Amino acid sequence: MKASGDFCISTKGRRIVIIGNGIAGVTCARHLRKRDSAAHITIISGETEYFFSRTALMYIYMGHLKYKHTQPYEDWFWQKNRLNLVHDWVTGIDFEQKELQLQQQAPLKYDILVLALGSKPNMFGWPGQNLKGVQGLYSYQDLESMEAATQTCGRAVVVGGGLIGIEMAEMLRSRQIEVTFLVREANFWGNVLPEEEAQLVSRHIREHHIDLRLNTELKEILDDGNGHVRGIVTGAGEEIACQFVGLAVGVSPNTGLLKDTPLETNRGILVDEFFATSIRNVFAIGDCVEYRNPPPLRKPVEQVWYTGRMHGETLAHNLAHFPVAYQPGPWFNSAKFLDIEYQTYGIVPAKWEEPLESFYWEHESGKVAFRAVFDGRSKKLQGINALGMRLRHDFFDRVLREGGTVEEVLKQLHRANFDTEFYDKHHHAILKAYNQQFGTNLQPEKEKKTLLSVFGL
Amino acid sequence: MKNIQKLGLGIFLAALVLFNLLLFLGQFRLSEQQLQEVVKPEQFQILKTELAPILDKTYTSSFAFVSNFKKYFDAYNEAQQANWQSGGVVIWDDYTFALTKIASQGFVEDNRLLLLLLTIVLGAAGALLNILPKYKDEPAGIKNNGVMFSSNKSRGIIGIIIGAYLIVLYVLIYWFPAYIVNWTLLVDPLSYALSGGPASQWFLYGTIYTLAILVMGVRMFRKYRGNKYQTLRTASVMFFQLSFAFILPEILVLLNKPWYDFKNIWPLDYDFFFDYNVASMLSSGAIGMFMFVWGILLIIIGVPLMTYFYGKRWYCSWVCGCGGLAETAGDPYRHLSDKSLKAWNVERIMVYSVLVIIVLITLLTIVNYFMNFGLLGQATGVLHQWYGFLIGAAFAGVVGVGFYPLMGNRVWCRFGCPLAAYLGIVQRFKSRFRITTNGGQCISCGNCSTYCEMGIDVRWYAQRGQNVVRASCVGCGICASVCPRGVLKLENGPEQGRITDIPFLTGNESIEVLS
Ligand SMILES: Cc1cc2nc3c(=O)[nH]c(=O)nc-3n(C[C@H](O)[C@H](O)[C@H](O)COP(=O)(O)OP(=O)(O)OC[C@H]3O[C@@H](n4cnc5c(N)ncnc54)[C@H](O)[C@@H]3O)c2cc1C
Ligand code: SF4
Repeated sequence: MKASGDFCISTKGRRIVIIGNGIAGVTCARHLRKRDSAAHITIISGETEYFFSRTALMYIYMGHLKYKHTQPYEDWFWQKNRLNLVHDWVTGIDFEQKELQLQQQAPLKYDILVLALGSKPNMFGWPGQNLKGVQGLYSYQDLESMEAATQTCGRAVVVGGGLIGIEMAEMLRSRQIEVTFLVREANFWGNVLPEEEAQLVSRHIREHHIDLRLNTELKEILDDGNGHVRGIVTGAGEEIACQFVGLAVGVSPNTGLLKDTPLETNRGILVDEFFATSIRNVFAIGDCVEYRNPPPLRKPVEQVWYTGRMHGETLAHNLAHFPVAYQPGPWFNSAKFLDIEYQTYGIVPAKWEEPLESFYWEHESGKVAFRAVFDGRSKKLQGINALGMRLRHDFFDRVLREGGTVEEVLKQLHRANFDTEFYDKHHHAILKAYNQQFGTNLQPEKEKKTLLSVFGL
Repeated sequence: MKNIQKLGLGIFLAALVLFNLLLFLGQFRLSEQQLQEVVKPEQFQILKTELAPILDKTYTSSFAFVSNFKKYFDAYNEAQQANWQSGGVVIWDDYTFALTKIASQGFVEDNRLLLLLLTIVLGAAGALLNILPKYKDEPAGIKNNGVMFSSNKSRGIIGIIIGAYLIVLYVLIYWFPAYIVNWTLLVDPLSYALSGGPASQWFLYGTIYTLAILVMGVRMFRKYRGNKYQTLRTASVMFFQLSFAFILPEILVLLNKPWYDFKNIWPLDYDFFFDYNVASMLSSGAIGMFMFVWGILLIIIGVPLMTYFYGKRWYCSWVCGCGGLAETAGDPYRHLSDKSLKAWNVERIMVYSVLVIIVLITLLTIVNYFMNFGLLGQATGVLHQWYGFLIGAAFAGVVGVGFYPLMGNRVWCRFGCPLAAYLGIVQRFKSRFRITTNGGQCISCGNCSTYCEMGIDVRWYAQRGQNVVRASCVGCGICASVCPRGVLKLENGPEQGRITDIPFLTGNESIEVLS
């Protein structure tokens, strides 16, 4: 193992500056403080003074939460942990002088710089994409402008069949705004979800009176003559009148600040397995990162909450002690499609081929589903999708790490159940369906049934 | 809102306005015969003379009647007190309510049944008309849409007005019942049917309380439809309120037994061991004896055992009457609880202080009783009065419910209830109950903490992969219901591994994650 002195400056009282107060930057700062009580730690962000949960932006718009509720730590937390907050935009980085230029405040020196810059919404150069009432949803400022732009909106169009697209559609529906939802693929999130799951969700979207247009692309956004959107034109030439357009066609690493600097970037900031960039004492974590050598089975750019958090945890360790390679456990993720919860563990591709095989079960209600993808010969589990039911992360994390088989999993699925008490249990139906589909005769592992278990004990 | 819902709301508001107007209708005129009916025979002659100036005189409001009655009644008592050495006898009985009630006549008194229909019954019907069509034609799923924009639910002007109204209501019921005799007249027929006697202000209170739980319970069914835990839990509090707290005690009274709520437990039921209450139970034959033994068994066996197996939720959010109102009528205000660390500190100091105080008062009372009042004489009576006034009425009632729209629906349960404190100690240290967090799935969105009525910062635990084991958790299950990522599960399970002091976030294998 390399000592941390070779990895980064390790003098006592070193100045560590983190740009970005999202989950990646804040996790890194918190864990650094636990591991290095002498370091001067500064977190800079232009977006908001305090860390908030980006994933909760939709709930502010829908009136479930106030902005304050989305802050995971109380305001005193930062001072108590001697985490210095700077609310400003960084406008330039001088890597030679190790100095940051700020928009409002005096320049800031650092010994170690951590870039946790996050993402920005994609824009594909559509005609009219800069009109008023046209926007993506990423930042708190985006939320404010969406609030202002939809005050008198009667009809909106959301473009992009992914997670942020469906959130925007749900947000707008919560204000009784008619929504047309353009999805380029044959089904909602069809490039990630297998067909059955994608169809299940698509049905649910329609159930919420959202005008879902599959296989439909955006061609152009129309100007009302005053610089405000008045409608859009689809790829097929259909014109749809609307007063708001939500663009949710993915996000890209936010690397604008690094243009014309010597720091190596590709789609994102290039980092090795220790989160070191091409410049010494400069590190990068979170959404803005691109792995030079992605961990096994992982993509080079991963833009989710959990990876940002794990980057922060790992980099804090590397800066404080000695560098260890980032080694995420089995992939996991979750989302909520309107009312239907989704959890995934391991890797379930949208399409698979030999030797992979798939088992799918759907409840007669059409709102609960389970899929397992596994190696057809060894039966080794590769991943599962669950819709409308909750499953234990720890259970699948263990099975996937230990190379367990799909049949083992199905026999003890009751142990993975994480649904609320008194909910209908589906593990028997799922096992039965598997037996039918694969001609097996698996029996469920014995659940211990005692007198007490009748009383929920 | 659909038209039918607007109509429902309109009916409800109209009934409410009429209900309040009733206090200002009718006349008050006390006859000699009525006086005789109400007061003790030995006091009749005295009071007949003393109250002569108001007898057979018509007053147009309860306020005028009460103030004149008090004038003459108090004057008499003061004179007696001044003369106590020469044999003056003060009348300690408080006849204000009973005399005002019997004196009420005219419109309200003549139209009791009709007015009961037009106010309480129609009000409940209007509310149901508003509630039942809610979320119709929408797929099942919990929607807190617009909660933070609502004037009622977000400490806006409507919320403040409702809070103020509730506070006034409680003050009237507890300390000025004579002003609301017209309301008690309405429920007289019901009271006669159940217990064979006229309605007191407590019967009126019980009726409205029960109706509020039932009607707002139906709202819970609509709001959380599809969620079996919430549905069952709500049905349970509705059942216990209607049967155990409302109907059964009245039937006991009909049978000449003490009024007793079999699910109320000391020290929430703070006067259980007070001398007058024990005396009344022990003088009521086998049923009274059963009440006494049952009450003690609940305290020493029921609470620890049930809480060991299920956590304090078995009582607080499935059985208790205060919890029942909080979980139904109070549900729209649950997010108003304070989640700060400071509030948690205040909570611990307050709730355990109340527990210590009532335990001390109870012990003193019992010791004093066995020493034939040799220890403190009648001083325990003064303690009882003060506790009843400050904690039993002002805290549990006025603040506990009146502050729903201001500080959330569990102010009393969180900061004041000594039984909750007792249940909480068991839950924290010896129980199988916990809220399990699901590996690394939390996105720190804050829905769980926001909608926790007990002010627990659930997210603090969830985002570091730590099970929630807290003395205050009443197990309402709302955090698990509103979590969009399936992170939380209320469970009973082996004690081993329940308290995760060294929490672990599943998913990162690079390092040992510190929390
Ligand atoms: C609406 C929405 C919903 C989402 N839902 C989920 C979900 O359910 N689950 C999930 O896993 N992921 C979700 N995500 C993705 C997740 O939020 C991100 O992956 C995560 O927040 C990225 O964290 P980060 O710390 O890398 O960056 P960010 O949170 O983007 O933080 C970067 C910060 O740096 C600041 N910054 C950038 N440049 C500068 C500069 N020059 N000067 C000063 N400050 C600067 C930015 O303003 C920002 O505040 C969602 C994203 C959005 C937008
Ligand atoms: S509601 Fe769920 S995801 Fe949100 S903070 Fe709470 S536990 Fe985490």
